[in-house]
Amino acid sequence: MSQHKPIGGRLFTLPFMALGIVAAIGLYFLMMRFQEGMSAVTNLNGGNAWGLWVVYDVVIGTALACGGYALAIAVYVLNKGQYHPLMRPAIMASLFGYALGGFGAFIDMGRWWQFYNIFLPGNMNFNSVMLEVGLCVATYILILFIEFAPAVLEKMGAKGAVKALNKVLFIFIALGVLLPTMHQSSLGSLLIAMGYKVTPLWQTMHLQPLLAVLSALTMGFSIVIFEESFATVGLRRPAETRLLGGLGKAIMGLLVAFLIVRIAELVIQGKLGLAFAGDMNSLMFLLETTLFVIPVVILSSPVNRRSGRKLLIAALSMLFAGSLYRLNAFLIGFDAGPGYSYFPSVPEIMVTVGIVAAEIMAYLIFVKKLPVLHASKHA
Amino acid sequence: MKRRDFLKAAAGGATALCTSGAATARENLQPTPQAVGMLFDSTLCVGCKACVAKCKEVNDMPPVILNGDVQYDSAKDLSGDTLNVIKIYKNGTAAVKDNEVDGFAFEKRSCMHCVDPGCVSVCPTTSMQRDSLTGIVTYNPDTCIGCRNCTMGCPYNVPQFEYDKPYGQIQKCQMCNQPGVARVDNGLMTGCAEVCPTGATLFGPREELMAEAKRRTVLKPGEIYNYPRGDISKPYSYHEKETPTYKKHIWGEKEAGGTNVLHISSVAFDKLGMPPLEERSYASISEGVQHTLYNFLALPAVALAGLTYVVRKNINSDDNDGGES
Repeated sequence: MSQHKPIGGRLFTLPFMALGIVAAIGLYFLMMRFQEGMSAVTNLNGGNAWGLWVVYDVVIGTALACGGYALAIAVYVLNKGQYHPLMRPAIMASLFGYALGGFGAFIDMGRWWQFYNIFLPGNMNFNSVMLEVGLCVATYILILFIEFAPAVLEKMGAKGAVKALNKVLFIFIALGVLLPTMHQSSLGSLLIAMGYKVTPLWQTMHLQPLLAVLSALTMGFSIVIFEESFATVGLRRPAETRLLGGLGKAIMGLLVAFLIVRIAELVIQGKLGLAFAGDMNSLMFLLETTLFVIPVVILSSPVNRRSGRKLLIAALSMLFAGSLYRLNAFLIGFDAGPGYSYFPSVPEIMVTVGIVAAEIMAYLIFVKKLPVLHASKHA
Repeated sequence: MKRRDFLKAAAGGATALCTSGAATARENLQPTPQAVGMLFDSTLCVGCKACVAKCKEVNDMPPVILNGDVQYDSAKDLSGDTLNVIKIYKNGTAAVKDNEVDGFAFEKRSCMHCVDPGCVSVCPTTSMQRDSLTGIVTYNPDTCIGCRNCTMGCPYNVPQFEYDKPYGQIQKCQMCNQPGVARVDNGLMTGCAEVCPTGATLFGPREELMAEAKRRTVLKPGEIYNYPRGDISKPYSYHEKETPTYKKHIWGEKEAGGTNVLHISSVAFDKLGMPPLEERSYASISEGVQHTLYNFLALPAVALAGLTYVVRKNINSDDNDGGES
């Protein structure tokens, strides 16, 4: 008795083919990376060991894939059942985002053919933040598969399996809330061990996990608004503006909490002056903070929260802000020391762009062929 | 769960998360019982780079060639092919050795063999380890996945991945004691200390090297001092020399928990490219935060139990409302 339906329609549209070409270019450079080594494709060097692939594909990519996580908290922990129609497409987008984050981590691994070593208990270093991230992300991808399985099973007509799965689904939903809380905070904790290399505006020893998980949650609610708006305009679906307005309120609350912690840390540590130093880091900080403040201003007005367009602008600003926060902490504000600098090469960028193109293609295939989007206006 | 109860619980969790981090963080690790290391005295280094060449010979690595001119090793920094390099500091006319102004100085860059190593702390697969006896920081490629967190977590950017190879690995100085070389285990000294003509690189137990460094840094400038060469516990020769004006700073005594490779110099270490480190190791802070949050998985287990209960209840109430699960 699913209320979700495939939206159907032609698959091989012009935008779809264009995305295919972009994905193919990325694949070409990816093959080069495996044949000749990382330096044939990337600009990584002795000081900048993490580049675009780690920072965009994994750190930013998984934060952008927090829609399923954020909504699960709203629907199943805070019991806001009215958001349930948004749940399935959000889980699917999370699945794609995380699967491709895992893929990004794999292609960036220098010794990828030994990746399974991280899963062997004898090798595990429980002091390592990276171990927690690796195990947790891998497990969460499996959880997302299970959470999304009902959509595939419904398509196959396996009614018994859907019923059986629904009986135990609560365990996986609970894990689906716990695991992202753990690894999204740990992605922030990765910065601690980098010490002085992370510029003071983004380095804070004890608050990294809190800032990371707060911003990831906010990005999660924002990406749901973005994806729903995309479905409304691009795929001519009925608008869910009233529901999205509620998410807008959640974004505003979380963002205010994030900004208080962020600014208070800078003030208490006496680092606020760096924000106005006029150098590259201070400009990036001001840009990032402006992008964080815009959604707060927009969403504080109930009138704006009823406007689909205003909601989308606020969500986009938040997504850019959260992404820039990570980009600043890991790349732009990262200085390995004299003699080292990094800017991604064109082939390196093309691999990342190709991965994103493949992700959008998969989204289009899934919503057209599988019961993902909500069939009618919710009750 | 009522919204109010949830907010209360969440606030409690957030407080625990924020306040306990500092309380339970561990101290810096202490030196291992038989820690070996090296003492690099920048004022003795003449920049001959014999240590760079010997290091390549011991570790079977090719010289770096600059502009197609094969004369000597032209490595400018550490890489997958270079575990040890001599760098130069120059200022103004660069006329006088060991002068900060209008002078020049040499500085050795190689693994410092930290007492509380960042690379060991961050490595997810225990590929980086600190030898429990010698304190040498070792690398095992057989368990390494190539995530390069060791490079990111090293204050000195020492672990270097072989980016130019399709099946590369991390390379770093293992004090010539890696399997197949095992010089230290066999009573020998490191290659770089063995060939150093001036004793600028001196091998030996950390304690003896620290004592030597302390002796040197309190000498009166101009005083004649008898400098040993090779291994401080059994030097193969000595040479007498007027002492320079040492900075009263032994790099590696305290920086980020200290290092087994110690440096002394007449030029301030920040000018020689050493990083801005405090006494507390980043590893100890990072592990403190992580263990506070995880504490043998106790906190996640409790959280999961609570979440399972709440989610189950809310799924059922959805069903009763006629919603789907």
